[in-house]
Amino acid sequence: MKILYHIGHYALFLKKSFEKPERRSVYWKLFIDEIVKLGIGSIGIIIIISGFMGMVITIQTASQIDGNFIPDYLVGWTTRQSVILEFSTTMLALILAGKIGSNVASEIGTMRVTEQIDALEIMGINSAGYLVIPKIYAFMIIMPFLVVISMFTGIYFGYLICELTGIISPSQYLFGLQYDFRPFDVSYAFIKSIVFAFVISSVSSYHGYFVGGGALEVGKASTRAVVYSSIVVLVMNYLITQMLLI
Amino acid sequence: MIEVKGLSKSFGDNHVLKNVNLLFEQGVPNLIIGASGSGKTTLVKCIVGLHEPDVGTISYDGRIFNQMNNSERKSIRKEIGFLFQGSALFDSMSVEENVMFPLRMFSHSTLKEMKSRVEYCLERVDLAGTNSLMPSELSGGMKKRVGIARAISFNPKYLFCDEPNSGLDPHTALTIDRLIDDITRESGITTIVITHDMNSVLEIGERLSFIYQGDLLWKGSNKEILRTDCTELTDFIYASEYMKEVRRHLISE
Ligand SMILES: Nc1ncnc2c1ncn2[C@@H]1O[C@H](COP(=O)(O)OP(=O)(O)OP(=O)(O)O)[C@@H](O)[C@H]1O
Ligand SMILES: [Mg+2]
Repeated sequence: MKILYHIGHYALFLKKSFEKPERRSVYWKLFIDEIVKLGIGSIGIIIIISGFMGMVITIQTASQIDGNFIPDYLVGWTTRQSVILEFSTTMLALILAGKIGSNVASEIGTMRVTEQIDALEIMGINSAGYLVIPKIYAFMIIMPFLVVISMFTGIYFGYLICELTGIISPSQYLFGLQYDFRPFDVSYAFIKSIVFAFVISSVSSYHGYFVGGGALEVGKASTRAVVYSSIVVLVMNYLITQMLLI
Repeated sequence: MIEVKGLSKSFGDNHVLKNVNLLFEQGVPNLIIGASGSGKTTLVKCIVGLHEPDVGTISYDGRIFNQMNNSERKSIRKEIGFLFQGSALFDSMSVEENVMFPLRMFSHSTLKEMKSRVEYCLERVDLAGTNSLMPSELSGGMKKRVGIARAISFNPKYLFCDEPNSGLDPHTALTIDRLIDDITRESGITTIVITHDMNSVLEIGERLSFIYQGDLLWKGSNKEILRTDCTELTDFIYASEYMKEVRRHLISE
């Protein structure tokens, strides 16, 4: 029953957030700030993680198929497919749910317990909209760029490992990368990642916004934000995949 | 003028406010005094709608606040300046941005006009030149004063100050009291000040309301308060043995 309550409450929260903003220029400035904070601030961790994952996927695949039946170029193909379809979308979203989800929830939660949200309300400002909308839009817009960065890094580091270790020949890897390429896979990845961006930013804002109590509660809320955004990301991943790929 | 009629509010089993009736007039600061936990903050939060009262009506110059929808409430709130007990400055903004915030959100002035308004407000709270500091770089008393500057920056018609001078030294506290008094008289606004501070009571306490355990127990002025025989109130004002001694002298004079 609790889950139904939260879904309804979350829907009302979103409805309140999307009411007409008081001053567009102020929202615009916040939006730009958020793009820098959420987007640019995540590039480092994305490059590190995607690079290592690309290398590991390549090595794993190559070491699994050292028979004569399966051609070497399938290593490149597998790396490409894993990175595009799942790693740079779902896994990346889970990682960002950890980083950005906790960040957003604790930022908004702190504003709640120090009465900054009340201060906004008292001035006649729609606090939910003011705090949440710039974050949601910024993250949805920046997410595809992060995904592209992650895809390229992953695939490039896979190539690098072929160069360095000679586990398969780089030219086979490159051939595999281009083999049987379906552009729709990339669209599918973008659609997914934009939905995930919405989920992460809105679910963690929701958890931050309704914190009651003090600093201790803010910590708990940010944990909850990460857990619930991750779960919702996984559920949405399943639903979108079912809808788009079958 | 703000009128509160039959206001009650409880949190669960905790009956914080019990049938409070009050009239706050413009032009002179209205002080609310009372012990810690007696429901002063809850009372003003009910008045501005941060808490929904259980029963009772609140009207701003005849406009009944409880019956308004969201957008009508918003338009009244643009006329409200509010200083929170904990200041509630926006952490992510500098002092100047904090004070300018209501202007940026609602006024139609140019940036230059807004800046000069900010300068003026900061000067009045004795904080000229602190524009670029962040809230984390301020002392508690400075935060309070920035909070006041923010509350008055958009020329409110209704000003609420929740303990404006707790944490301030007596001299700065006096400056703030006089500032609140001046603003109230100059622009004829309705001001409600919550305070514990006997200096404020004596300085600007022309209209006092004493809240005791959620009841409005006494109303009067600073002239009357020293000689009152309401025991709860005398216990509140003359807390220390020394002050009780002072009272005995006052009475016997
Ligand atoms: N949000 C809340 N939820 C539950 N109880 C609350 C809440 N806010 C206040 N209370 C309770 O209401 C009572 C009055 O609190 P309030 O903050 O109004 O006191 P106060 O008179 O402002 O005290 P102080 O002078 O210490 O600020 C307290 O018993 C407090 O526990
Ligand atoms: Mg209080």
